[in-house]
Amino acid sequence: MKGENRVAAPVANPYDARAVSPLSLSLTSGALASIASLSARADWSLINMPKGVSELSREIHDMHMIMLWICVVIAFFTFGAMIVAMVRFRKSKGAVADQKFLHNARLEAAWTIVPVMILIAMAIPSVEKLVKIEDTSGSGLTIKVTGHQWYWQYEYLGSGVSFYSRLARDSDIARQKGSGVDPATVENYLLDVDKPLVVPTGVKIRMLLTANDVIHAWWVPDFGMKRDAIPGFINEMWISVDADKPGTYRGQCAELCGADHGFMPIVVIAKPKAEFDAWLGQQKTAAPAALAATE
Amino acid sequence: MAHASHDDHAHGRPAGIVRWLTTTNHKDIGTMYLVFSLLMFLIGGAFAFVIRSELFQPGLQLVDPAFFNQMTTMHALVMVFGAVMPATVGLANWMIPMQIGAADMALPRMNLFSFWLLAFAFLLLLSTFLMPGGAPASGWTLYPPLVLQSGEAFPLAIFAIHLMGASSIMGAINVIVTIVNMRAPGMTLLKMPLFSWSWLITAYLLIAVMPVFAGAVTMLLTDYFFATSFFNAAGGGDPVLFQHVFWFFGHPEVYIMILPAFGIVSEIIPTFSRKPIFGYEAMVYAIASIAFLSFIVWAHHMFTVGMPLAGQLFFTLSTMLIAVPTGVKIFNWTATMWRGSVSFEPPMLFALAFLFLFTIGGFSGLMLAIVPADFQYHDTYFVVAHFHYVLVPGSVFGLMAAVYYWLPKWTGHMYDMRLAKWHFWLSAVFVNVLFFPQHFLGLAGMPRRIPDYAAQFADWNMVSSIGAFGFGLAQLLFVWLIIQCVRGGERATAGVWDWPHGLEWTVPSPAPYHTFGKSPEVH
Amino acid sequence: MSEAGGNRNRSIAVRLVLMAAGSFAFGFALVPLYDVFCEVTGIGTREQLSRAGSAAGQAPVADRTVVVEFTASVPSGDWEFEPVAATMEVQPGRLYEAHYRARNLSGRATTGQAVPSVAPARAAQYFVKTECFCFTPQHFAKDEEREMAVRFVVDRELPPGIDRLTLSYAFYNVGRS
Repeated sequence: MKGENRVAAPVANPYDARAVSPLSLSLTSGALASIASLSARADWSLINMPKGVSELSREIHDMHMIMLWICVVIAFFTFGAMIVAMVRFRKSKGAVADQKFLHNARLEAAWTIVPVMILIAMAIPSVEKLVKIEDTSGSGLTIKVTGHQWYWQYEYLGSGVSFYSRLARDSDIARQKGSGVDPATVENYLLDVDKPLVVPTGVKIRMLLTANDVIHAWWVPDFGMKRDAIPGFINEMWISVDADKPGTYRGQCAELCGADHGFMPIVVIAKPKAEFDAWLGQQKTAAPAALAATE
Repeated sequence: MAHASHDDHAHGRPAGIVRWLTTTNHKDIGTMYLVFSLLMFLIGGAFAFVIRSELFQPGLQLVDPAFFNQMTTMHALVMVFGAVMPATVGLANWMIPMQIGAADMALPRMNLFSFWLLAFAFLLLLSTFLMPGGAPASGWTLYPPLVLQSGEAFPLAIFAIHLMGASSIMGAINVIVTIVNMRAPGMTLLKMPLFSWSWLITAYLLIAVMPVFAGAVTMLLTDYFFATSFFNAAGGGDPVLFQHVFWFFGHPEVYIMILPAFGIVSEIIPTFSRKPIFGYEAMVYAIASIAFLSFIVWAHHMFTVGMPLAGQLFFTLSTMLIAVPTGVKIFNWTATMWRGSVSFEPPMLFALAFLFLFTIGGFSGLMLAIVPADFQYHDTYFVVAHFHYVLVPGSVFGLMAAVYYWLPKWTGHMYDMRLAKWHFWLSAVFVNVLFFPQHFLGLAGMPRRIPDYAAQFADWNMVSSIGAFGFGLAQLLFVWLIIQCVRGGERATAGVWDWPHGLEWTVPSPAPYHTFGKSPEVH
Repeated sequence: MSEAGGNRNRSIAVRLVLMAAGSFAFGFALVPLYDVFCEVTGIGTREQLSRAGSAAGQAPVADRTVVVEFTASVPSGDWEFEPVAATMEVQPGRLYEAHYRARNLSGRATTGQAVPSVAPARAAQYFVKTECFCFTPQHFAKDEEREMAVRFVVDRELPPGIDRLTLSYAFYNVGRS
């Protein structure tokens, strides 16, 4: 027998006791019940990726959901087989081992080939999305984002408008260790800045990412895209906001960049194009004064 | 080990501390690795306790952000290099010679040296907490340029890593030479137990990639001290180069951590199903395929650096492919139970929890492999959930299963089964309370490695922290149980379990200090 | 140890020493080997420069223009460094010249080094600089300000899907002159 070396006559195993003692099960379910009671004041609705505000972010969300459901279905069959095996063939109900059931070439082939086919099917939709993500042509605006320790700098290329965007003051005060301020009293705690990025809706926006010191990453979940900001190099990605979804969208730095990595959020206000143009015009005239003030 | 001291004096062998400093016996060295790894598990667990305590509620209550980053960094370094890897080495030392019918490892003195090198390396690494600036705080992944902002801890951490690497490489050489040269006559490779197989392959992975890690950290060292510019754009270098070199090591590294657990589960499930493993050869080929594939997937850790389209497609496909041999193993373990006679002693409980929960980690890994979706998952708690599922109810449960399986063989005593089952159920429930909500947090938008978070993440963080406290406390049962078992307990027979298989069960319990001085007969 | 055992050990020792020496020599041999590798595969700035000559000799593409954006970063903060023109509309195949203005704010004579980067990354190999202030360190006297030029050609073979690309420089202090 392969990999075998048998010992003389097996002895009845006195330790084959019942696996689950009622006491342990009731105690752990008690613990779970007390956790569940937290639901009285909780926001449990946040368990999934946002659909986001662009066609791309919606496509990414849908792709995520498809993958998730495929995994759930596979899990159903896999875990189902495990549970059936454990229940139907348990010794305590008198099952006797079939020493001949040791290999089956057809079964091995099946559970090798079928997964390969499922995987290829899962990978194909991502090709088309990747090509779309890589295609930055047809953009209507370029914004250069520079990551610093620990704030962001935004520049609207070709307009002379450039400013820094830092964690908002009330969040910054509350987040200090032992501040005595309850974060629940701060609106948009840790997700608010002093000067947000403003973008037009309905426009494909090319984002150029770089950094001044260490690697950062720029991420707004609602836009569906994340990319690293690497010092000395320029990375590129594009985002867009549907024309019918003006609003405020929040994100965070997504690459460990030192002590205050958790305290350099991103806030983007999307305005209809005309309002955006007006805003940008205002910034241009105020630009020299603004730059001086933020430096 | 009270009865061992008789042998000590009788054979002129030293007792007390000198014994542990000079022993070249594979059982003693295995014990030292296991005790060391248990200690490191508790230390790494303490760091996790600090992390989850701070994350229990929004706001910074306990630690400064810089210290928090030291905690996350050291938690990972200690768990990966101090707990999981040494535990697998300890099991290799104890069990490989006994499984293949050899008297000891091929290179016993190098074996001892490997252990003490590791212990010294960790002394260095942990001492960085006492230095100005504290321990390394750039994440266990040590990305430049951030890691080059480290203070005085930096050279010590790099040196510790070099020593750990050397220790692992020597241990791997020992395993390969032992298995290739010292199997009992009649034990062909395709008759060798699967735990030994898993370690044979793991050893090749170690030898291939530990030097790469050494190269990467040496380049960090020269950038830091000798004005080289490997990772510095100003001098013509690129921080992303480090990521490539690191992950070329880093991905096989995670397989180094899981393959021995696969081997352990392949020993335990047959024993408690009372029939041999289903598809033995398929299992060997599956492990070898996983090891091979692990070399060509590294950039899936780097999808957001700005990678060309062709690269993204290649790494997505190669990463998804690893699911195939892994799935083969999961199906074969299930088929081993099928038409078997299954009982649920503690080793089997942990092995079955492994089967279920590692598979969940595998599913989240599959999702992470798909690039456009990964742009939303990368650097969030979704990743943290994934790797903790494969490492904790994966590797760590596998290691605990191994301890419950072989402890009677090592000590000669049965342990308290009731306590072991309590340990199991508390661990299995709390590990899920701890890590499952982290999937939600990542999907909802919470990044990794942050000490404080926005209000919408508060609830699941609180649940996760409660899970952490419960899981951590449950491990104290494990420690207590091991100590009690070493000191005494019901006598164990040679076979211990109802349906033992393998040469290790042919020798008495506790295993004599020297076993298989004369090669056994293998049919 | 037996005679035969001692001989075996010696032969293994000799082979190990030879392997170690060989590996060490391989490290040195890598320098010329890298040159050969870059030549054969076409990767690397050296190859880019030799292609620059041939790219400049092409006929410009008549029916296509690409917008080239220029941008700058100064990580250390003690330079003023910016492009003179923010964008330029170019025909692939034609040679153009762009300017950057730099001023030394460090308070002493110093040297700067510009490190270029092109986005999108897949356009980088088609953006060929025939002359660039980024090729060499730039020495500046205290408070000196001057314009520096970069001459470039966008290769005719630029893939069709790219209508806009960005040339970025990070200007670093590389020491006193």
